[in-house]
Amino acid sequence: MTVVTTAASITPVRRFDQRMLWLAALLALAILGPLLVSDYHVFQATQIVVYAVAVLGLNLLTGFSGQISLGNGAFFALGSYVAVILLSKAGVPYWITPVAAGAVCFGAGYLFGRSAARLEGLYLALATFALATAFPQILKLELFERWTGGNQGVVLSKPVSPIPDLLGNDQWLYYYCLAVAIALYIVAWNLVRGRTGRALVALRDHPVAAATMGVNVVSYKSTAFGVSAMYTGVAGALGALAAGFISPDSFTILVSIQILVGGVVGGITSIFGTLFGAAFIQLVPDLTKKLSEVAGALGMPALASKLSDAAPAVLYGVLLIVFMMVMPGGIAGLVRSARARLTRTRRNHVKT
Amino acid sequence: MQAFLHQLLSGLANGAIYASVALALVMIFKATHHVNFAQGELAMFSTYVAYTLIEAGVSYWIAFVVTLAFSFATGVAIERLIMRRLQHASALTSVIVFIGLLVAVNGLAGSLFGSSIKQFPSPFPSQAWYGTTYLSPHELGMIVVTLVVLAFVFVFFRYTRLGLAMRAAAENPASSRLVGIRVGWMLALGWGLACVLGAVAGMMAAPILFLEPNMMAGVLLYGLAAALLGGIDNPWGAPIGGFIVGVLENLVGAYLVGSHLKLAFALFIIVAVLVFKPSGLFGRTVVVRV
Amino acid sequence: MTALLELRGVDAAYGNTAVLRGVTLEVAEGGLVALLGANGAGKTTTLRAICNSGVRTRGEIRFAGQRIDGQATERIVRLGVGHVPEGRGTFLGLSVEENLRLGGYLRRDRHVASDTAKMFGYFPVLRDRFHQQAGTLSGGEQQMLAIARALMSRPKLLLLDEPSFGLAPILVQEIFRILRVINQEERMAMLVVEQNARLAFELVGQVFLLETGRVVASGPPQQIAADESVRRAYLGQ
Repeated sequence: MTVVTTAASITPVRRFDQRMLWLAALLALAILGPLLVSDYHVFQATQIVVYAVAVLGLNLLTGFSGQISLGNGAFFALGSYVAVILLSKAGVPYWITPVAAGAVCFGAGYLFGRSAARLEGLYLALATFALATAFPQILKLELFERWTGGNQGVVLSKPVSPIPDLLGNDQWLYYYCLAVAIALYIVAWNLVRGRTGRALVALRDHPVAAATMGVNVVSYKSTAFGVSAMYTGVAGALGALAAGFISPDSFTILVSIQILVGGVVGGITSIFGTLFGAAFIQLVPDLTKKLSEVAGALGMPALASKLSDAAPAVLYGVLLIVFMMVMPGGIAGLVRSARARLTRTRRNHVKT
Repeated sequence: MQAFLHQLLSGLANGAIYASVALALVMIFKATHHVNFAQGELAMFSTYVAYTLIEAGVSYWIAFVVTLAFSFATGVAIERLIMRRLQHASALTSVIVFIGLLVAVNGLAGSLFGSSIKQFPSPFPSQAWYGTTYLSPHELGMIVVTLVVLAFVFVFFRYTRLGLAMRAAAENPASSRLVGIRVGWMLALGWGLACVLGAVAGMMAAPILFLEPNMMAGVLLYGLAAALLGGIDNPWGAPIGGFIVGVLENLVGAYLVGSHLKLAFALFIIVAVLVFKPSGLFGRTVVVRV
Repeated sequence: MTALLELRGVDAAYGNTAVLRGVTLEVAEGGLVALLGANGAGKTTTLRAICNSGVRTRGEIRFAGQRIDGQATERIVRLGVGHVPEGRGTFLGLSVEENLRLGGYLRRDRHVASDTAKMFGYFPVLRDRFHQQAGTLSGGEQQMLAIARALMSRPKLLLLDEPSFGLAPILVQEIFRILRVINQEERMAMLVVEQNARLAFELVGQVFLLETGRVVASGPPQQIAADESVRRAYLGQ
């Protein structure tokens, strides 16, 4: 006797398994991969983790609560400097610094969000754009030189691995960053799935209705800003630890733009997409370097130098435009619709 | 007293640059309700074009005019090819596209022209007869050129058929179509004119700021501050805002915060206007019915 | 004789919401036609469909023998269609003078100035308020301005969307009188959308009655007035 089951009862379970499978594979790659590659690649992987957390911060703010921020680079910088100052001036152990950076940035972000709560869309974008443009100059102020090291910047001693036989310094730092990142991702996941997440989405899509239904708009907006700043600040701290050196010139508006590119390419409303976005930010400059090498090898030195000089920026810009016009959901959106189409085909197949 | 007057007048000269940029921003905002974040970079690119022409031996004023024509064409092209597809896009989408344009143009300039600092000539020789202790010939020239350009723009909009059509298209696109105006092309024209204004600002500012890809970043910020101060939808407010911001920048920089915080001052103006009086000094407060 | 304006089997929708289904009507050259119907019947949508502004259409729309469905609004207007839209569509931020100039935007001939004078003849208040900002005019004055603006382009066909809306009865009588005069003097065809059936009956020679997006009756006003369909469409009997 054949058991007849409807398509609906089969597919959800399959989808659940699939996503868990991908996640497990990714985690395995993340954990085992760095043991097999060179130190430089481990450093790159660390950078990807750092960017992922920063992009996650942006997605939480812009994707989920609908507040456009072009100035997250400022919080990234703030987080970096908190970590650096604590480490170099106060002798705080490196593994506490991201926590401190997160706390300080949460406060700063919350305050900024509170003052900017009345600003919508374009006007918030304007205000944060101004913040991002003006921030490097603020960092260079003589007033802060004692802490920021002025134009020369500050050099950090890299964290040392406590188990030098098993893991090198770079590898240890990578696993530390990965652990912090995983914790933050779990928090974000729960945040988005829960009541806060629903309120934020309501705020984004129907702000007036949300307010009428008792959602405290200002409080949620400020909190969203605080959380986003916190994530970005932690990323900044981790980034500083990994780089070993920061200066005000490390934090031009390009940082904010890179984070934005990562968010858009990955999918601004997707948590999963942040991983694509981060990989993209890290690998594009390498890609353009490769292209420039190819051009040089092919006997076009002028093109080669032009490519390496400014191509990343041009590529970022062009991709931002193209993605918004053609693929506004980013790569995550593409994956989502591809999966939906596959499920439909499978469902149709099962029915007959 | 002498120092104060000097700061004041030189502030007016800087204000002329901000006035042009502010007016460019307001023109595009009035027509499309978008802020052209890339206005500064487009102006910078045009200035590089002028530089290339001048280096190739073309006389200054001919290069100036050719550059204006180039800027106009670029503005029209950008509107027709990219911006018209954003008509029904969300605020987030348009902002991101503008930022993309900003980044791409900046990168392209660095790539095509190199990022080393270049000297851009001024058509007003430093020993000219009209220089005074308070205002160098170039600064005076900046003010005069800007005022002439602004006058042209206002006469165009107020007294010509095309100018009227553009104003109508910005104010009420649906009704404009009903009188036969091709609204899409009016928007493109608006973009072209805005880019011309930007190019003028760039070429006037370059002798002072020195030509490099990030030359206009601060100017854009000041232009934004000026546009918001004057009322982002008010074409009269923009130049007034520009001159006010120029003078304030100098006075505040000289007597209050020091020149190192000038950008922060622009940030302050922007945030203050947005938070306390979003319609600026002369703009219309828009009440949104829900 | 081919009609000046012909609609054949026109469907229209806003997004996914269908509003018109298979509308067929015509306006003869120099004709005065009313489009009647209750609220939401699709009268405004019909006018918008003719000008292709804001609504997706299917089906044939012909003006002076040429198909205009799917054409850009500004092209349709250039062919000789004038439209006084719902809400008047005044350029509120511009002066009365500028509004009238815009009305004559397409005109390249020398008679624009004399036409402006003619508008003053029909609507003297426009001369008094010539340099005032249009937004400061009263509702009735704006209505007159809107009609004058449409007239300035010397259209062959004038579409009017509820010219009586929100106006005092005396003013309405005056406007309708002027419309009748213009129709007779200039041989300008008019398609008038009205909720006020009685007013329309007094003005026009032909009536089309719309009910939920379909033409349910058509004919001279006396015939329609005596018809059951009107009563049904308006009173639900």
